[in-house]
Amino acid sequence: MKVAVCIKQVPETPTLEIDPQTNTLIRARGKMIINPFDMYALEEGIRLKEQYGGQATAISMGPPEAQEALREAIAFGIDNAIILSDPILDDCDTLATSYVLAKAIDKLGQPDIIICGRQTTDGDTGQVAPQLAEWLGLPFASYVSKIEEVREGRMRLQRMVDSGHQVIEMPLPAVISVVKEINLPRLPSLRGLMQSKKAPIPTWSARDLAVDASKVGLVGSATKVKMVFFPQREGGSELLQGSPESQVDQLLEKLREAKVI
Amino acid sequence: MKSEVWIFAEQQDSKIKSVAYELVSEGRKLANGLGAALCAVCLGHQVQGIEQLIPYGADKVYLLDDPALADHDEDIYTRTLADLVRRYKPEIILAGATSLGQSFIPRVAALLQTGLAANCTSLEIDPESKILLQTRPAYGGSLMATMICPEKRPQMSTIRPHVFKRHRVDESRQGQIVHVDFDKGSVTSRTKVIQMIDDLTGKVKLEEADIIVCGGRGLGAAENFRIVTELAEVLGAALGSSRPPVDDGWIPYSHQIGQTGKTVSPKVYFACGISGAPQHLAGMQTSDVVVAINEDPRAPIFEVATYGIVGDLFKVVPLLITKLRQARA
Repeated sequence: MKVAVCIKQVPETPTLEIDPQTNTLIRARGKMIINPFDMYALEEGIRLKEQYGGQATAISMGPPEAQEALREAIAFGIDNAIILSDPILDDCDTLATSYVLAKAIDKLGQPDIIICGRQTTDGDTGQVAPQLAEWLGLPFASYVSKIEEVREGRMRLQRMVDSGHQVIEMPLPAVISVVKEINLPRLPSLRGLMQSKKAPIPTWSARDLAVDASKVGLVGSATKVKMVFFPQREGGSELLQGSPESQVDQLLEKLREAKVI
Repeated sequence: MKSEVWIFAEQQDSKIKSVAYELVSEGRKLANGLGAALCAVCLGHQVQGIEQLIPYGADKVYLLDDPALADHDEDIYTRTLADLVRRYKPEIILAGATSLGQSFIPRVAALLQTGLAANCTSLEIDPESKILLQTRPAYGGSLMATMICPEKRPQMSTIRPHVFKRHRVDESRQGQIVHVDFDKGSVTSRTKVIQMIDDLTGKVKLEEADIIVCGGRGLGAAENFRIVTELAEVLGAALGSSRPPVDDGWIPYSHQIGQTGKTVSPKVYFACGISGAPQHLAGMQTSDVVVAINEDPRAPIFEVATYGIVGDLFKVVPLLITKLRQARA
């Protein structure tokens, strides 16, 4: 069983600063962590290889600092990690990002299961996993909350949809995105931490990946950010004063006046 | 040939989902801005009420009817919508950011090699360039970004339910329903649905409720959820939760309201023991009236609340329940 997990390094509590002249984001800084949803993807990847034997590889597209996230992934129990890093890969939108990840998956040699977290906490789009599946021409399932069984080249799993859960079955290889409900990520073991310190993390450049330059970076991105701004919140609330009794009485009066109850 | 703005009219169990009407109402404005036709696209089998999309503002409904389209088979939906796009070449496509929309619409965008902006909270046609300005939250709602798709077509957006309001336009509006042939042989479906488990508890459906009572971390423990459940019962309201109680297993995920949960826009929203993190606000900030009960006066929820009670919810909510019951008696 070969599992590949795609992760992204994101700021933990970003300080957001906007350039007032260009209305663009001055790089959001802060302590960098593995995207929270990707932690569940990593845990699931590790569990799959523990259960079925094989190998779990983590890949990440990002600046050189993203190596830290990959090192952490190894500490959890990922077997090997690769960083996809190159200046021409900067400023990719989800279409271009998923293209680059697809090239990396191709180069890895067709993993059986490719796992992503449902979305990142910075971009918040949730688009990379389904688009990755499309570039690879593979079946895709989103919001996976449980992998029930992998057998004879097929996988049965549960996914969460608006009204409840679905149990579905799909052939491998396949791409899935996972939700928090799927597992409880482990802490890194002491051995894992020791191994992660020495683990070699190769860098695959644009050339290594044989990307088509017209499909990456700003040039390869179909969407562009025109401007960013902070959300405006209209004036605060009317705070009801007094004892709890009085507050409740006032509230009921106002709600009845407004005919909402 | 007139250009077209499309909305994907998602159906569930052969009924058009509410979000489709919201998209038609919003799409109408965009179509007007472009001098384009507004068309709804519906994939399903024996779908009821598609002609209702016309009074809301659709000029045309492209309807594909086949048993294979009844369920949300994403392989089939992805390829079918992409084929339709290649055939009719719309300028813009809007779709609901439902679990289906968030799964298959990105695939359509990738297949067509075009741009998609997810979870848009506002859409506008730029008066000069005539391109679509798509504004959406990033960083959990702490930052808003306006995106454009300058060259590729169609320009695609997903929009969460209840972000836009539906307006009934005109009962006398005329429009056409275009039956498009569906070639089943052209698509292979690789994924099989074995079972569907509906696990929404409670009598009132969250997305359709006029009143919602929502509990948060301030409740302290799983058993305290009964306090908000009781308030919901007395009000005939639906029950919701912010993320922390769901994470801790106090209440199922189907009740979660927020960025990674449902978006709601009821007449009244009671936030009990909820601090008001941007990720939660993203799910309820278009509610008409927001009532916040929290013991921390600096809780961000008070910035979006209409009425705020700074106090102990374990005193306030039971009082509210008692007085509501007295009034009914």
